[in-house]
Amino acid sequence: MAETTQPGTGAKPTADPFNRQESLTADTFLRGLWQENPVFVMLLGMCPTLAVTNSAINALGMGLATTFVLLGSGALVSLLRHLIPKQVRIASYIVIIATFVTVVDYAIHAISLELYASLGAFIQLIVVNCIILGRAEAYASKQRLLPTLVNGLGMGLGFTLALLSLGSVREILGSGSLFGYPLFGEDFQPWLVMVLPPGGFFVLGAWLLLFAWLKQRRERRPLASAGATSHG
Amino acid sequence: MSRPIEIRTSPHLKRARTVPQIMLGVVWALLPICAFAVFQFGLSALLLLVTTTAVAMGTEYLFARLSGRGNTLNDWSVVITGLLLGLTLPPGFPLWMAAVAAFVGVALGKSLFGGLGFNVMNAALVGRAFAQAAFPVAITTWTPGFAPGRFQEPIPSTLTPPLMQPIPVKDWIGGLNIDGFTGATPLALQKFQHIEVSGLDLFTGMVAGSAGETSALLIMVCGLWLAYQRLLDWKIPVGVMLGAVLIALPFWLLDGGVYPTPWFVLCSGGLMLGAWFMASDMVGSPETPWGALVYGLFIGALTVVIRLFGGLTEGIMYAILLANAAAPLISAVTQPRVFGTRKERRS
Repeated sequence: MAETTQPGTGAKPTADPFNRQESLTADTFLRGLWQENPVFVMLLGMCPTLAVTNSAINALGMGLATTFVLLGSGALVSLLRHLIPKQVRIASYIVIIATFVTVVDYAIHAISLELYASLGAFIQLIVVNCIILGRAEAYASKQRLLPTLVNGLGMGLGFTLALLSLGSVREILGSGSLFGYPLFGEDFQPWLVMVLPPGGFFVLGAWLLLFAWLKQRRERRPLASAGATSHG
Repeated sequence: MSRPIEIRTSPHLKRARTVPQIMLGVVWALLPICAFAVFQFGLSALLLLVTTTAVAMGTEYLFARLSGRGNTLNDWSVVITGLLLGLTLPPGFPLWMAAVAAFVGVALGKSLFGGLGFNVMNAALVGRAFAQAAFPVAITTWTPGFAPGRFQEPIPSTLTPPLMQPIPVKDWIGGLNIDGFTGATPLALQKFQHIEVSGLDLFTGMVAGSAGETSALLIMVCGLWLAYQRLLDWKIPVGVMLGAVLIALPFWLLDGGVYPTPWFVLCSGGLMLGAWFMASDMVGSPETPWGALVYGLFIGALTVVIRLFGGLTEGIMYAILLANAAAPLISAVTQPRVFGTRKERRS
């Protein structure tokens, strides 16, 4: 049905159907991974980032669930962007997002009860994840279907990667295992604090510090080389 | 490096103290306490102190280099942090955990804020608080002091391989032939069994506890020397002790069987070490005269409240960290009136 409404709304055919707002480049996808990483750069979605990253598998599950909702809601919002009145757009987006969250909720419940139990209320709370609403408002509601999907995939994978990098560090230090496989043998001393909420803040802070430091170094280097060439 | 000739206006009576001079003074004052810790707990305490100090210095050097501040080791402040952290840990604490605590304390508690003078909280206590949260069992495992052969070999748990659980010390304690060592500090005995250790033992340090907190007498002597040298504000330790006694006294009068005597409160646990050496840290304490007193009272009162009603047996660490956080507020509300001005009336 979505395919049939699309030609109707976009009445005038253009040479490149995807070139209406933003041309589809590699950057559309890569932005979400690095330059505009939702967690490490935009600091969005802090609630799941801090709450469910106490193990790598939880982090991966949450990341993929969010990616699915991001893609589904992005696609629908993008397709319906000319039909949704501006005044009620937030409510409409939330209804769309909630639909996909319900799908994910049931899906995880059916696939893995263990994961469902350990993620708890945070699956339902994907509804209020500001990354998804932010993407719907700032990107999907203005762009065509394909860029939205590509951008959403990038953002979702960026979010998953960020969660995974937090979750692995916390699981390795907090339980001595990765994805449930013990790494250090039986005598490992777990760092209790790492699986508790403060551990989430510590690890997130450490990652942010690392990325900020790398960014600063990269910005400083061209300056230094430019100075060297001007002297020479 | 040759120093430039200093030109000053009169009076030429006072020589300003530099930061390294102050810090070196505190290091000298800490050394007798460290020596007593080594005497009481042997090789383990020595290794512990060396590890925390070395890791603290290494962390400081690394972070100062990375942030382009050059070498900041020569102001001696990080040595104090390392020594203090070692003194607050149990003597049999695994060395790798001590290294983690020292790294976190200096990195998170000091370097990330911008180094000496910019840290909000006492770096040694930040490290200890992290260790307490990460390794709650190891940090409350106590071993007896004056064990025979303590200078020949360390307590077994000291040399635990990195990332592994501490080697159990039960057999080691059993092999020492010491009668009646329960593995509890005087604080825990008092709190859970209402048995009070004799005041004199507490005062002189003949009890179990963290490496450097046992002898109240020695800490007080070293602290008094610092106060005499004006390297610390005497109002802070006095405030801490006063605050502790003021809260402890009514409870003791109410029910002496359950609540500890004020003397016990003062001499047990880390209160003395905290009061003289950590609360008085110049960076984390308010600079106004009244502020210093309020800050001290707050720490003392909070310590006793945590001890009597909290889940933990000791409260001085969290009390000082909280008071550190409150210090800017305390100094803001206790600003003295500038001479010659009138107090502003609030409308």
